[in-house]
Amino acid sequence: MSAMNVPMAQSRPEVPMVLAEQVSKSFGSNEVLKSISLEVKRGEVMCLVGPSGSGKSTFLRCINHLEVLSAGRLSVDGELIGYRESHGKLYEMAPKEAAKQRRDIGMVFQRFNLFPHMTALQNVMEAPIRVKGLPKAQVEQTARDLLARVGLAERADYYPAHLSGGQQQRVAIARALAMEPKLMLFDEPTSALDPELVGEVLDVMKGLAKSGMTMIVVTHEMGFAKEVADSLVFMDGGVVVEAGDPDEVLTNPQHRRTQAFLSKVL
Amino acid sequence: MSTTERTGASAGATPPAPEPASVPIKAIRLRHPWRMVFAVLIVVVFALLMIDAAFRPAYDWPSVGKYLFDRRISQAAVVTIALTVYSMVIAIVLGVILAVMRLSPNPVVKSVAWFYLWVFRGTPVYVQLTIWGLISLIYSRIDIGIPFTEPWLSFQTGDLLSLFTIAVIGLSLNEAAYMAEIVRAGLLAVDRGQEEAATALGMSWAQTMTRVILPQSMRVIIPPTGNEVISMLKTTSLVTAVPLSTELFTRSRDISAETFNPIPLLIVASLWYLLFTSILMVGQYFLEKRFARGVGDRQTEKKDPGTATGAFTGVMPVVGSDPPAVIVPPKNAPGGTR
Repeated sequence: MSAMNVPMAQSRPEVPMVLAEQVSKSFGSNEVLKSISLEVKRGEVMCLVGPSGSGKSTFLRCINHLEVLSAGRLSVDGELIGYRESHGKLYEMAPKEAAKQRRDIGMVFQRFNLFPHMTALQNVMEAPIRVKGLPKAQVEQTARDLLARVGLAERADYYPAHLSGGQQQRVAIARALAMEPKLMLFDEPTSALDPELVGEVLDVMKGLAKSGMTMIVVTHEMGFAKEVADSLVFMDGGVVVEAGDPDEVLTNPQHRRTQAFLSKVL
Repeated sequence: MSTTERTGASAGATPPAPEPASVPIKAIRLRHPWRMVFAVLIVVVFALLMIDAAFRPAYDWPSVGKYLFDRRISQAAVVTIALTVYSMVIAIVLGVILAVMRLSPNPVVKSVAWFYLWVFRGTPVYVQLTIWGLISLIYSRIDIGIPFTEPWLSFQTGDLLSLFTIAVIGLSLNEAAYMAEIVRAGLLAVDRGQEEAATALGMSWAQTMTRVILPQSMRVIIPPTGNEVISMLKTTSLVTAVPLSTELFTRSRDISAETFNPIPLLIVASLWYLLFTSILMVGQYFLEKRFARGVGDRQTEKKDPGTATGAFTGVMPVVGSDPPAVIVPPKNAPGGTR
């Protein structure tokens, strides 16, 4: 069966990186996402904004199957997430297959979620060694390079508790990058940071965007969205209210709800 | 003079002059007269009890001295220690397995663990030990092979299992149920974000457990496990139900059955138990101190994180970004919040 579904060519520019078709998600009777349809192109940076409880984070978590969809289809790089399709039927994926899909999708959390019992370096090295089975020496070299890239070469042997929030979040970004993902998801990466530490994390993300990484960023940083994002999506109440060019949406919002939200945050 | 200096410093751009040293408080300390009264009272009562005990013939102190280092008693003490160690080691391993099973996403595995706990925690250990003692009556032979065919291997249960082995089985299977709950509490105390982060990196459930969750839960698991060891040491006195008669309590009962003088031998046994629990308590103190590192005294302890924590990398959680404030009960179970 799986032979039918061998992923096709590695890079197909015509296939969008993320394609969401009428994605819905309910927790019990609470419908959090209502038929979301979105497309994120290769190399594109998309910012998801909206009031809390609007479903932004849930949508992000659906993309790497941390949440299971209630309805609709979601594919990353042309590959259906969480399900295998064969002869017109959907088969639920085994945890192993789902884990394999997640390898290629990096995720950065609001609360960093670094492993506190490991140093920064060990945090970055853990997944490539355990999941990909790469040799330790090679992984260590890459990990040190990545830490240098996020400006933390000297902090490699520090435990998370000895790092500032901004430093922890940068380690978390390096940890996600160590798996060489084709897509990066950021779930409010600066919301738990002290104001003076936000900039250092955003700078790393800007660099990442410049290098051509496809990114979906749930954020409240409108300045970042304006400067870096290729597209901006405003969500409210589980639906996409407005989407388009960030400059246009931010300066000239069409929808009343967008106007109301932006008037509060800008 | 000093006033002008101070105002000048705070108003101008020059660095502020050091404030004059604060004056230490000189106050009469609060007295606690009742503490003294009670302390004296307790000391007096205790002394009277001691003097009384020293001269009371029923305690028979000369016999206590005679049997305290009796060869039979010290041998029995070794058996008690062996029972404790073997049973605890097996119980901890089994407990970890059961706790992980209980948290498994697989409903079959979960139910098996739940059933185990239900049975072994729901019946008294004395009853369990008695049943284990009758095992060779229930299963006189143990056959290994495919059912309804000629067995490959066949044992007489009585030959295979010594009374000591049966006692260890009985104690450890019972204790495993309690250890499972302790380990489960530890696993639940680890922040849910840890599991999510590991999952998002593509780690399997087993990898997440062994590499991320279990090491962090040790801090919560260790202190109550120390308690369980002390408790186990005393529970070994129940293996007389098996009946294993070589451990401390049963051995001292047997000796007193000959001498018709039970009280001094009970004192002897108690002194040995007290010695062992004291040693264990000291051990637990140091173990707890070690595992509390990074939680309570993070600021004061490690000046250089790189070298100070290097000694136990990988095995123990040294520092926590989000440590639980209290040791035992997990406040929020994963899945409970969404």
